[in-house]
Amino acid sequence: MPDKASHTAPSISVADALKDAALAALVAFGLFFLLIGLRSAQGPTGALEVSTRFTDLAMVVGAVFAGAFGRAMIFGRGPIRFGGEMPSWVAPTLAVAGRFATPALLIFALLVPVLFFQNRYILDLGILVLTYVMLGWGLNIVVGLAGLLDLGYVAFYAVGAYSYALLATNFELSFWICLPLAGILAAFAGVLLGFPVLRLRGDYLAIVTLAFGEIVRLVLLNWQSVTGGPNGISSIPRPSFFGLPFNNEDGGFAATFGLEFSSTHRIVFLFYLILALALITNWATLRLRRLPVGRAWEAMREDEIACRSLGINTTTTKLTAFAIGAMFGGFAGSFFATRQGFISPESFNFGESALILAIVVLGGMGSQLGVAVAALVMIAGFELFREFQAYRMVVFGLAMVLIMIWRPRGLISTREPSLYLGEKKIIPASLVGEARSGGSGS
Amino acid sequence: MTAPMTDDAPILIVDHLSMRFGGLIAVDDLSFVAKRGHITALIGPNGAGKTTVFNCITGFYKPTTGLMRLAHPDRGVYYLERLLNFRVAKLARVARTFQNIRLFAGMTVLENLVVAQHNTLMVASGFTFAGLLGLRTYRKAENAAVDKARYWLERTNLLARADDAAGSLAYGEQRRLEIARAMCTDPVLLCLDEPAAGLNAHESAELNELLKFIQREHHISILLIEHDMSVVMQISDHVVVLDYGVKIADGTPDEIRNDPKVIAAYLGVEDEEVEKVGAEVGL
Amino acid sequence: MEYFVQQLIIGVTHGSIYGLIAIGYTMVYGIIGMINFAHGDIFMVGGFIAMIAFLALVAIGVTAIPLALFLVLLIAMALTALYGWTVERFAYRPLRHSFRLAPLISAIGMSILLTNYVQIAQGARVKPLPPLVTGDHILMSSEAFNVQISNIQIIVIATTFVLMAGFSWLVARTRLGRDMRACEQDLKMASLLGVDVDRTISLTFVIGAALASVAGIMYLLYYGVIDFYIGFVAGIKAFTAAVLGGIGSLPGAMLGGLLIGLIETFWSAYFSVEYKDVAAFSILIVALIFLPTGILGRPEVEKV
Repeated sequence: MPDKASHTAPSISVADALKDAALAALVAFGLFFLLIGLRSAQGPTGALEVSTRFTDLAMVVGAVFAGAFGRAMIFGRGPIRFGGEMPSWVAPTLAVAGRFATPALLIFALLVPVLFFQNRYILDLGILVLTYVMLGWGLNIVVGLAGLLDLGYVAFYAVGAYSYALLATNFELSFWICLPLAGILAAFAGVLLGFPVLRLRGDYLAIVTLAFGEIVRLVLLNWQSVTGGPNGISSIPRPSFFGLPFNNEDGGFAATFGLEFSSTHRIVFLFYLILALALITNWATLRLRRLPVGRAWEAMREDEIACRSLGINTTTTKLTAFAIGAMFGGFAGSFFATRQGFISPESFNFGESALILAIVVLGGMGSQLGVAVAALVMIAGFELFREFQAYRMVVFGLAMVLIMIWRPRGLISTREPSLYLGEKKIIPASLVGEARSGGSGS
Repeated sequence: MTAPMTDDAPILIVDHLSMRFGGLIAVDDLSFVAKRGHITALIGPNGAGKTTVFNCITGFYKPTTGLMRLAHPDRGVYYLERLLNFRVAKLARVARTFQNIRLFAGMTVLENLVVAQHNTLMVASGFTFAGLLGLRTYRKAENAAVDKARYWLERTNLLARADDAAGSLAYGEQRRLEIARAMCTDPVLLCLDEPAAGLNAHESAELNELLKFIQREHHISILLIEHDMSVVMQISDHVVVLDYGVKIADGTPDEIRNDPKVIAAYLGVEDEEVEKVGAEVGL
Repeated sequence: MEYFVQQLIIGVTHGSIYGLIAIGYTMVYGIIGMINFAHGDIFMVGGFIAMIAFLALVAIGVTAIPLALFLVLLIAMALTALYGWTVERFAYRPLRHSFRLAPLISAIGMSILLTNYVQIAQGARVKPLPPLVTGDHILMSSEAFNVQISNIQIIVIATTFVLMAGFSWLVARTRLGRDMRACEQDLKMASLLGVDVDRTISLTFVIGAALASVAGIMYLLYYGVIDFYIGFVAGIKAFTAAVLGGIGSLPGAMLGGLLIGLIETFWSAYFSVEYKDVAAFSILIVALIFLPTGILGRPEVEKV
């Protein structure tokens, strides 16, 4: 057994390491020879021509060789294990850090507009992150608490956004009326999705939710008369400060409060608005967990048959999970519509559903803090590398794979009981049920 | 066997129950009566169809034919073959445990018992709305639920483990937890599927104590599938024997113990040889 | 009538391509219970490899089309199989015994990686290829309409049929097929009985990828264009097909593929093109309401 904190690698001879590296390089060559080594492009005649890029190929294969060699020398041939146990100060420190993390993040979030008042870019980034945090928390109710694998969550986001847009542009209702209405419509969509999937298990449920998401997107794309088709809906009214518009005039926000007009006022308002919405989502989730309906969700995730034997109506339990999760997605959608002023079906594709699901899983299902941190890291990280375009997507995909291999249960994967007699004992992830797929375990 | 404190009225009448899966007949024309306040045991070799009968009674299978009538002490008669799914537990108050222990492993012992009281708490929380608003009715109801949970934890010797994850309990403790959870639903009929499986002699004796306690103090009728003959013989008032889905004997434990057909079923003797064996054994 | 038959031919052709991809989904699901989200992108990679291989062969002087296509088939199947093997080895095997959702997210990450890798490597523009297999035959004709079946359509349908038959034979009659079926039933038990589980699973991925690459070649020859995004679209449809037919069932994958192809084609022919995908997805949902495990799926009886 390796000592703790030491790098004793299982011994491996240089020859063996070289063999492994050569094999890896050979595989890499096979994989990349045609797709990287050669490049197809349309030549002057319009027909495809192929050109060589052997230096790129050599670099990539060389990198694989070096990487495989390094891996073999440092970690040997078996699965990668980092030394022995972690030093004894790590676990308690993390526990303390965990307790401070939530209030720290909250305070930081509240202060962002103050700290970065002039930096429009940071404010916009913050709004984007908070939107995904809210979406993550909403999906967490369906996937994390109730254990229903929803791959089409973006549908509710879209229903919320389009409902808001249509209500606001056609009936000129204020944001504060449209928001709850959009949420109710999204909840209704959630129930609509819930019915066909009641009898389905795991992966079948997943594909139906995916199909539902696609149907919503395609309908939005093609129902031109109502949704504007690919052009979407524009000129969605911008938010006002409870009636005071954010403009330069005398009746505007700036004038009323004696401030010099700045376009950032509206952005700051939007920031606090999404922060409030997200915090409401969080509060509702924590509250619901302590109520019978929330416990029923978690029990259903653990063992649906046992739930039925206790007299719990699993049908209504599933439908409420879908409805409430959808409602928060709808609220987020309304916010999105009013922030952008313009929406189109492009923003509501499967990639978004996948991204939100990845946030929930990477953060650790059921953990509010984990989901928030995952959203922050992924969205902010993603945005900050904007110039690299397609390269950042490759890194993004690779990161998803690597994080899953490193921590399959997500960053924070423990469960806090909602009720205790003597002492609140955190439950380790290995005991907690997962989103159901396939046959149930006994 | 103590004399049961009952009034000899039936609690469960199973009448010509049959369950067919495609071509396979799992239960064939089964009829028996379980009396109120009695402990009725359902025994038989493996594959006899006992769990299938349970699944029919508790609403997990819809029987192919037959009636199952549950006579509530104060709520009239329920036709169990028409109540499907969760309604058997909710309306007819039939609780059950499972052969393969189905606990909510990722929730604490206490949470398991509180989830069992879901329906009462749902009403008290005003279907969530009152609960969200933090109204007192819900908090009082939740405290009452915790008290009931505490009561059953004491009876099953699990109070010390109340805050531990159910999945971390030892095997015997998990079995007891399942029974405690079933009791938290306030049933009139408790169906236990092999509650003594995997328990050692000491634990089996404790189980007997618990079941007798439930029968005596709470006047709950118990229906029991079991292979452990010490449990069956010591606590049952009435035994029904199944083999290949058919009832082959029905009576008191003493009657069953000496029934040649039952002996043959367990030993696998041909029908014609039953009498021969009976003669040899001196019956 | 003639119009109907024509649509039938088109539908069966599309359906065959979907079916070939669906087989990969269904096999992997059957054996390790995982939705391989990256499989559609393997199909896309197969198509790209085929395209570049073809261009390279032409560039070095192999101009006889049948010979070139044959070589392309071999190369594409081999290299795409390598991709399938690599993806399983690095993104899924480490997660095999862990949390159920982890391989799913890993697969989604892999899908993103593959799509963008090809986009970077080969550019984001659509790649057109001149029609390589030409010619068609007239089956029926009337005054208004001739029912034609083109050579490429014949090739697609025939190839699919042959591969399907061959693969069914493999699963039913060979040692590998028996190992696969054993792993499908009970992975742990199979390994205890001496089945090399790792190898069997790898081979499942490899064969699925090879079939997907054939689908990719067919796609390339049939449509004459390819781009890095086709994996996603075809992937979702093929996965829908696998589920519709009953995931885990081989004939189900083919049946599902044909159904999706036919639904799409007939809907666009008789109703509207824009909503053909909506029709396909809606029919999936309706089918699963009545047949929760798909058309040919084995009903999962949960032991209570």
